[in-house]
Amino acid sequence: MKKFEHLQGLVAPLDRANVDTDLIIPKQFLKSIKRTGFGPNLFDELRYLDEGYPGQDASSRPLNPDFVLNQPRYHGAQVLLARRNFGCGSSREHAPWALDDFGFRVVIAPSFADIFYNNSFKNGILLIPLDEETVERLFQETEATEGYRLDVDLERQQLTTPSGETIAFEVDPFRKHCLLEGLDDIGLTLAQSGAISDFERRHRQAQPWLFRDV
Amino acid sequence: MAGQTLYDKLWAQHLVTSRDDGSALIYIDRHLLHEVTSPQAFEGLRLAGRKPWRRDANLATPDHNVPTTIKERSAGNAGIVDDVSRIQVETLDANCESFDIEEFRINDERQGIVHVVGPEQGATLPGMTVVCGDSHTATHGAFAALSHGIGTSEVEHVLATQCLIAQKMKNMQVRVEGQLGLGVTAKDIVLAIIGRIGTAGGTGYAIEFAGSAIRELSMEGRMTICNMAIEAGARVGLVAVDDHTIEYLRGRPFAPSAEQWPAAVEAWRELVSDDDAHFDKVVELDAAAIEPQVTWGTSPEMVVNVSAAVPDPATADDETVARGMQRALEYMGLEAGQKITDIRLDKVFIGSCTNSRIEDLREAAKVAQGRKVADNIQLAMVVPGSGLVKRLAEAEGLDKIFVEAGFEWREPGCSMCLAMNADKLGAGERCASTSNRNFEGRQGYGGRTHLVSPAMAAAAAIEGHFVDVRDYDPGSARDRDDALSA
Repeated sequence: MKKFEHLQGLVAPLDRANVDTDLIIPKQFLKSIKRTGFGPNLFDELRYLDEGYPGQDASSRPLNPDFVLNQPRYHGAQVLLARRNFGCGSSREHAPWALDDFGFRVVIAPSFADIFYNNSFKNGILLIPLDEETVERLFQETEATEGYRLDVDLERQQLTTPSGETIAFEVDPFRKHCLLEGLDDIGLTLAQSGAISDFERRHRQAQPWLFRDV
Repeated sequence: MAGQTLYDKLWAQHLVTSRDDGSALIYIDRHLLHEVTSPQAFEGLRLAGRKPWRRDANLATPDHNVPTTIKERSAGNAGIVDDVSRIQVETLDANCESFDIEEFRINDERQGIVHVVGPEQGATLPGMTVVCGDSHTATHGAFAALSHGIGTSEVEHVLATQCLIAQKMKNMQVRVEGQLGLGVTAKDIVLAIIGRIGTAGGTGYAIEFAGSAIRELSMEGRMTICNMAIEAGARVGLVAVDDHTIEYLRGRPFAPSAEQWPAAVEAWRELVSDDDAHFDKVVELDAAAIEPQVTWGTSPEMVVNVSAAVPDPATADDETVARGMQRALEYMGLEAGQKITDIRLDKVFIGSCTNSRIEDLREAAKVAQGRKVADNIQLAMVVPGSGLVKRLAEAEGLDKIFVEAGFEWREPGCSMCLAMNADKLGAGERCASTSNRNFEGRQGYGGRTHLVSPAMAAAAAIEGHFVDVRDYDPGSARDRDDALSA
């Protein structure tokens, strides 16, 4: 997994609550058997004026000029600012893959859906939940100031705005550790294979019907 | 010490190790796989030179991309016209073969939607942990199995380690007490719950559905309710074990053998919340007050009674909600104040992991029997959840009822729930759907989805617009027809 330590990133505001993963990456792009290449289809139905399909050259498609990520001032954004319940719906990990492929490393919102939350951290994307008032204020500042950037310091769990204001954020310690070190979950778990085997043996004894190839 | 909830018990029974920081390793008993969220996981295993930890815990079937038309289906994988879809299904076949995982392939009669197949095979059992790279894995909680959707990285993790890194959720109980009205179903209960608590109301919780109305439900009805727990934000939905659970499982192919059965049943009987268990949140609904539900917007929480009107954004609690409602009205092509029963439809879809089981098809057939699909409905389709559901429905003659009424009777798969195969809505088309999500573009680019129960969908197909299915109880059609011919 990609490490995340520190970032100074341009912020793009997506002013919409309950953004579902169908909206982040529509179903036709889920047919890919790869993990990469989803960036051009991030928010496909909002970003383009036509219907997208897999394998198409996105550069020749008509852009929706009203969509925030199509505005030149937000080109190169690495921090996405969003509203409550971001990432709800389908468990598709293609959603964080698309955000990552597009260039986002951080999403800030008042709340996130559970499965999306897990999936994002497994892909080196930092999700930062902040209270509604703070998010509202960041929306106002971002929209009012062209080139608005946030300094994101994971180690200190702190955001710094261009005016020097600092905002503390919460992150669970295990996920923080994995993100800072870029750790592979599977490797970590397999280091406990002894404990897993012991558990499995007891479990099989207690409920043998859960195992078919006894 | 307070007693334990059902969720607490399931969690404790699967805890391998726990860490000071609150994260834990839990053991996974059953892993269901389908073609969409598994290829990158198998590729990850291959690149790291790893093998599945326990082959027999895994069961796979293709469902999202499979065609539902008989002509295409009869050709097997070769009948999948879209190359990318076909490659995805072929990749699942190849991965299952090379990693020696049991798979019900496209034309195996046991193939179907993973969340229909698991319980139907008895591959979902009480007391199990069940995961799948699909958010509707919550369905299996109807069997008092700790079940939830996972992402593809977690699919790879479960394949490699038989475990998941997890954090304990909070406990919520949703109690539905009393008697449901005639024509009101499990789908209406769960839509009413989502309308009450919102699409994020269950975030961070495992929801246990309890109360007399839930205990009265069949296993099919309980699966419908648990299936949509995720639409209320909860990854996990649960129902305690009772006689319905045990009777449903008896004799299923993956169920315990006759000699293991008594011990299994004894263990399963413990899978209920203790009387003095603590829930962090309790929500209560009166079953008798629930009407048939219809969603009007682009989130499952945008739902009203069939007798109501499309709500006005001006009545919203806050500005973010009001803007969301306004955007939904525009996308859906509706006006605030419009009566739900005045909404005219173009297509009707009966199917999906929410409502494609035998009981769902029976309820829809009861409404369709002896009637005809309205002229303005371009397509009304019924897609059974599995090959075995299809066979049973045909043995009961349900297929004939549907076909005579003007519905298309299809082959099993996810179909137009998410339109990854050829079954989709065109831009601006309006559909009454028994599926679980009314998100923008979900059933096709620009498509407009209204979520309803199977009986409500069938009635809407007959009338060409929404109607209150309670005016449509079995027998009343015949009475009306008799009156007309007299």
